[in-house]
Amino acid sequence: MTRPSLTAACTFSALLWAGTAYADISPADVVWEDEIAIPASLSGAPGDPVAGAAAFASRSAGNCLSCHENSAMPEHDFHGNVGPSLDGTGARWSEAELRGIVANAKRVFPDSMMPVFYNDNPADYIRPGDAYTARAYNPETFSTLLSAQQIEDIVAYLVTLTDW
Amino acid sequence: MKITTKLWATAALCGAVLTGTAHADPHPDAELIIEGELHLATRAAPPEHLGGVLPEIYSGWLFRTDETRTLQMDDFDNPGMLFAERGEDRWYTADGSAGQSCADCHGDPESLAGVRAVMPKVNENGELWSLQNYVNNCRTERMGADAWGWNSDGMKDMTALISLQSRGMPVAVQIDGEAAEFWERGREMYYTRFGQLELSCANCHEDNWGRMIRADHLSQGMSNGFPTYRLKNASIVSLHQRFRGCIRDTRGESFPEGAQEFRELELYVSSRGLGLPVEGVSVRQ
Ligand code: HEC
Ligand code: HEC
Repeated sequence: MTRPSLTAACTFSALLWAGTAYADISPADVVWEDEIAIPASLSGAPGDPVAGAAAFASRSAGNCLSCHENSAMPEHDFHGNVGPSLDGTGARWSEAELRGIVANAKRVFPDSMMPVFYNDNPADYIRPGDAYTARAYNPETFSTLLSAQQIEDIVAYLVTLTDW
Repeated sequence: MKITTKLWATAALCGAVLTGTAHADPHPDAELIIEGELHLATRAAPPEHLGGVLPEIYSGWLFRTDETRTLQMDDFDNPGMLFAERGEDRWYTADGSAGQSCADCHGDPESLAGVRAVMPKVNENGELWSLQNYVNNCRTERMGADAWGWNSDGMKDMTALISLQSRGMPVAVQIDGEAAEFWERGREMYYTRFGQLELSCANCHEDNWGRMIRADHLSQGMSNGFPTYRLKNASIVSLHQRFRGCIRDTRGESFPEGAQEFRELELYVSSRGLGLPVEGVSVRQ
């Protein structure tokens, strides 16, 4: 490969990169509407409901099933019932509201049991740990419980839950 | 307006959950009878200091599966009894520079009947001590032996043996007088929302007992069964180990077993179960 074509290839992939990789909105910069809704995608990209269903069920991602029943997922054995059933939640709430709930449920439901999935500030917590190790958090790695894109994917999935 | 309507809809849903499945679930008719003769109460009237937050107090035994509950009804099947048996061997074995065994000072293990039921307890120096601290104090001060680690085999065996001596005796920890300040701090901790998941003990064991958190059936988090034989660990688990596990599950930074904070929490948690009998090596999943 000659130098000019390499440069061209790099320019091309940089363009591609700019085309597909969107910048996440950091948790501190999220813009809320009506106190509880987030109109704009947190990742800038649309969500993928299939990936969202997987993140919803996965114990190492959303683990939403630990607290919520969801009739659309009969393939999973154990659904918790600490929170309400999510059957029909896509009919009850708008996409922006669902994004608000998943990002920070405590704005919508004060004192809720539901964790805040989009906050990366350890100072907001009492004795935050390093994931599930019982050790103190690591300032280098402390992050939101879900990434911006995972939240978008989960929201895209929740929107499909319109049956009661 | 729109939002308010939806919040009401959600509230109604939660209400349905509340009246439907929650709090309905501890095995309502199960009776804990050991070896077909010793009846251990698994329900009691809630202590007054709870101010009505629990309608009745329940042993964690009531929330476990049929198989796990059955194991605890037969001392031969209860794997925790093996630890108590080994504890009995240790009881009569001299250890340390003084060349003495527990039996040399205390006689038979039965002489410690009632001790487990009042632990943790303020010692003569005004410190709040757990059973483990008292055991280690005898070892280091009287026997000239090394202290046992909180999770060591020796400590597991000995605490299993000692708790067995109080089997059936109601939990009777002191919470007033010199214990009051410790109890108060333990109570504060019980309602503190730890970790990145911001969950307090009360979130799970007061607000949601009887509900499922994925595959786990939430009990009221009572301590009268401890030390317990935990099938998952295939070993005896101390109450402080359980606390550590519960705080870990909040994505929180735990305290070490034996910490001042955990002894205070132990006192408060024990006081929520005032009146439930010491189960003397329970079995949990
Ligand atoms: C530790 C428990 C817990 C976890 C984990 C949890 N939730 Fe929730 N959630 C709740 C509770 C409780 C409520 C009810 C609001 C309230 O009163 O606190 C709720 C409410 C909701 C609602 C509104 C329900 C409705 O239709 O009115 C949605 C949507 C929701 N959760 C989605 C999720 C998703 C998605 C996840 C995972 C990414 C999740 N939850 C994880 C406890 C939880
Ligand atoms: C995220 C939910 C959660 C939180 C928060 C939590 N626990 Fe637990 N706890 C559990 C589960 C699940 C179990 C096992 C099933 C059961 O007995 O409830 C358990 C078991 C226990 C047990 C054993 C009960 C028995 O009979 O064997 C005790 C004691 C206990 N918890 C105390 C606490 C204390 C004290 C705290 C606060 C430091 C706490 N828990 C916080 C979920 C939680």
